[in-house]
Amino acid sequence: MRYHSPTSFDEAVGIAAKAQGVTRFLAGGTDVLVQMRAGAVLPDDLIDVKKIPGVRDITRTPDGGWKIGVAVSGAELGAHEELCRDWPGVVEGMELVGSTQVQGRATLTGNLCNGSPAADSVPGLVAAGATVTVTGANGTREVAVQDIPSRPGKTSLAQGEVISAINLPPRGENAGDAYLRFIPRTEMDIAVVGCAVSLRVDGHKIVEARVALGAVAPTVLLVSDAADALIGSTLDDAALEALATAARAACKPIDDKRGTVEFRVDVAGVLARRAARIAYDRAKGVSK
Amino acid sequence: MTKNGSSEFRLVGTRPNRPDGLDKVTGRARYGADASMPGMLHGAVVRSPHAHARIVKIDTSKAEALPGVKGVVTRADFPTGLTGEDWDLQENTMAGEKALYDGHAVAAVAATSPLLAQEAARLIEVEYEVLPHVIDVDDAIKPDAPAIRPGAADHSVPEGSPPNVVRYLEFGHGDIEAGFAEADLVMENTYKTEATHQGYIEPHACVGQLGADGKGEMWVCTQGQWYIRRMCAAVLGIEAAQLRVTPSEIGGGFGGKTTIFMEPLSLALSRKAGGKPVKIVMSRSEVLRATGPTASASMDVKIGMKKDGTITAGYANFRMQGGAFPGAPVDMALYCAFAGYKLANVKHVGYDVLANRPKCAAYRAPGSPMGAFAVESLVDEMARKLGLDPLDVRLKNAVREGDKASYGPTFGSIGLVETLEAAKAHPNLKAPLGPNQGRGVACGYWFNHGGETSVSMAIGEDGTATVSVGTPDIGGGRASIALMVAETLGIDYDDVRVNVVETGALGVNEPTHGSRATFASGKAAVESTNQAIKEMCRRAAAEWGIDPEAVEWVNGAAQPTSSNAGKFAPMTIKEIAAKMGSTGGPISGHYEGLPSGVGASFGTHVVDVEVDPETGRTTILRYLVVQDAGRAIHPAYVEGQYQGGAVQGIGWALNEAYIYGEDGRLQNPIFLDYRVPVASDLPMIDTVIVEVPNPGHPYGVRGVGETGITPPLPAIANAIEHATGQRIRHLPISPPKLLKAIKSAAPSGPTLQAAE
Repeated sequence: MRYHSPTSFDEAVGIAAKAQGVTRFLAGGTDVLVQMRAGAVLPDDLIDVKKIPGVRDITRTPDGGWKIGVAVSGAELGAHEELCRDWPGVVEGMELVGSTQVQGRATLTGNLCNGSPAADSVPGLVAAGATVTVTGANGTREVAVQDIPSRPGKTSLAQGEVISAINLPPRGENAGDAYLRFIPRTEMDIAVVGCAVSLRVDGHKIVEARVALGAVAPTVLLVSDAADALIGSTLDDAALEALATAARAACKPIDDKRGTVEFRVDVAGVLARRAARIAYDRAKGVSK
Repeated sequence: MTKNGSSEFRLVGTRPNRPDGLDKVTGRARYGADASMPGMLHGAVVRSPHAHARIVKIDTSKAEALPGVKGVVTRADFPTGLTGEDWDLQENTMAGEKALYDGHAVAAVAATSPLLAQEAARLIEVEYEVLPHVIDVDDAIKPDAPAIRPGAADHSVPEGSPPNVVRYLEFGHGDIEAGFAEADLVMENTYKTEATHQGYIEPHACVGQLGADGKGEMWVCTQGQWYIRRMCAAVLGIEAAQLRVTPSEIGGGFGGKTTIFMEPLSLALSRKAGGKPVKIVMSRSEVLRATGPTASASMDVKIGMKKDGTITAGYANFRMQGGAFPGAPVDMALYCAFAGYKLANVKHVGYDVLANRPKCAAYRAPGSPMGAFAVESLVDEMARKLGLDPLDVRLKNAVREGDKASYGPTFGSIGLVETLEAAKAHPNLKAPLGPNQGRGVACGYWFNHGGETSVSMAIGEDGTATVSVGTPDIGGGRASIALMVAETLGIDYDDVRVNVVETGALGVNEPTHGSRATFASGKAAVESTNQAIKEMCRRAAAEWGIDPEAVEWVNGAAQPTSSNAGKFAPMTIKEIAAKMGSTGGPISGHYEGLPSGVGASFGTHVVDVEVDPETGRTTILRYLVVQDAGRAIHPAYVEGQYQGGAVQGIGWALNEAYIYGEDGRLQNPIFLDYRVPVASDLPMIDTVIVEVPNPGHPYGVRGVGETGITPPLPAIANAIEHATGQRIRHLPISPPKLLKAIKSAAPSGPTLQAAE
């Protein structure tokens, strides 16, 4: 195994483009190092991106959005007051990943690139309308977060491409987001179902919404029918029921050791309702 | 009954710091994997990926050619001709003709680094002929199930039984049909529990060294160094006395470290590698795939009850699989199932069944939690049907001293009634319950074991005391024994050091199992201390020139029994010890024997739960353990045992289970998916220590370590029925299972009644 620690994304891309065998990028390492120790992945080239300047920064962009470096840990995200005020749902998704120790290392980008449909930070990013900056041999491109995972354990990134930043749009006024997951325990677990809702209100009425579901399909889903069930409503019982129905209809889960198809579909609707209520309260300033 | 905190003793019943505490919190304690020897090699094990397969060929040539590889072993390196349990142990250590479960060892390699050893293990090529397999106990007992080990059945199994039944038992008393005829309500149901693992945090680890001269040493994480010695010697065909086994500090055992798994492999590899020590440390995945969980069980129970709650008859028919080897604890499950009930008519039938799963090991009260789940669930269902209070039903039928036990003998002093009364009086019973909340109660029972015990104690030159015991400290044995020895000697707790010693230092000791360390090693330590006291009295008598019978031991000093015997100032232990070199030499005491007078322990648990009716998720709101300790020598440790047992039972009831795929492979061999409870899942577990002293122990000790895991399984199922109206008879009561039950009962959507 060759260990590389490039000091720019261009250099990282150069190394990755030339690599022949199994290549892994290393940020927090909470997936890669565990997989290596278990013998599940034995990389030929390990490219550590933590030495690249700026990767630990959380920056407000000129338009009022956010740029999050690829090595920013969950703990750093959770300690950033302004970001937490803007995107509490994104942050709470990331903060559910792993233990306190893991939070000191794990990153949004790593959670996304691990390609798990159950990744806790991804539904929040998708509901937020986040994008990633992808750097490759021919420069950079912006890609919606939901387009990065292609199937369990795989991403749409080409060889020689690397994510160089995560971009959150400006939050704006009267908006809120929330993420909920179902696990049998209270922590240290993998989502059986996850759901994020982001919305904006005008008075009592919902004027914008995005709903994302995790662990109910090969990749995290952006469910426009579920969003449509919310838009125009005041989150009355009928809207919540329509939301749950739309969320359930979008699910294409599997039966596995963590949950049954029936359970996942059912609980997706439950979580959608509950997450929507929290996001709605946050948008109206009722709660954090 | 005396409550916790009785003050008739100076030290017994107090809560001093644990002697191993500082080492453990500073990381200085040496666990199994901390052992390291000069020139040490590292071992790795090749394991079968198949549940059941004939081993056609093993090619080790590529591994042996890898630089740094110093030895490879397969079953061909082990002696042949073993029988009975020894053969089972050898077969489980290393597969012979067939791999019997996913994870079964088929080869092992030693190399100069762990990474090299793992690489070499990947280079060992094993050709398998995959055979049909069977996992579930109800499938395994079918007449047409794949026969796992033809000929393994013992003499108890009737002719014509299904091929995987290896042991059958039947016992009871009275006339159950007459008993059922007397009842106002007879109910019968089937209950199932899944296999669960002890989940000790420290994986198995050892360093083994064995030379061509047949002399060897082992440093190992174990509950029983003499068991390791005997079993390794048998499996390898060496002499027990030539193998010296030193136990490490132990990061949890719960019964699972009372046997061998990879330990003989390190010795076999060492022998092959010219006697260099070989270290093997299991990964968590190896622990879950290849060490011993408990059995899984399928159980029919039938009970007859009168309208007033009197139980007229009980019948239990249990089928249990303990892996591909005989030994599922179906006997213990049946002994304990009805142990809390005074029954004129009771019958038990049991089957020990083979399945393609790892060989079960002991797990905290082996068998008892399963039996309790079946019986205590059904008793609750019947009490509910008859409108009776579940604690009152148990009180009405509770066994007392002098009653004939369901499993045969007559009970001596026991404390079941006292635990039930203490539970009834506890404030948790009056806590109000809200919507979707419910309360469940259940009782449980476990024995106490004496067993082969050898202890020695010696007085130091400064009047302190060293105690050598052979029972590794998994639950506070050292602190409790130090308290009892200090109490007996009349010196300070800090002036006693208790060491867990290696096999060369004492006679044979059984492991720390059967809730026996504080009972058996404790009783032996007190007897050893009394011997030393007698000698100290003799030394004082000799100096005073009076009859030794006229000297007694009071408050850490020898003194004449009365002024008639002579007028001498008390001679303290320090004074006697300081000059023992000139008064007759070292002063010590020792005990070798089988301590009798065991004290069994009953417990009563009360749990409050809340169920999320939309997700089926159960939250434990309150949990109360009431258990008879006989006497709590160190109450904090006793409470810790009660809480730990309850927590393991909560995991078993709600989430823990071995999950197998269609291919017979274990799908959850990591703690992420084998879900033991985490701290945030639990409230503080409330405890009440009931003390009905055991007359068979000098300080009244009963075994307390195991009973606590027994009531949680039914108590939680009972609470969940109270909260949801749904009776779940197959553990674990996971959210998908409970949600399905809730929804099928209320197809228009979950609407739960508020609990009363």
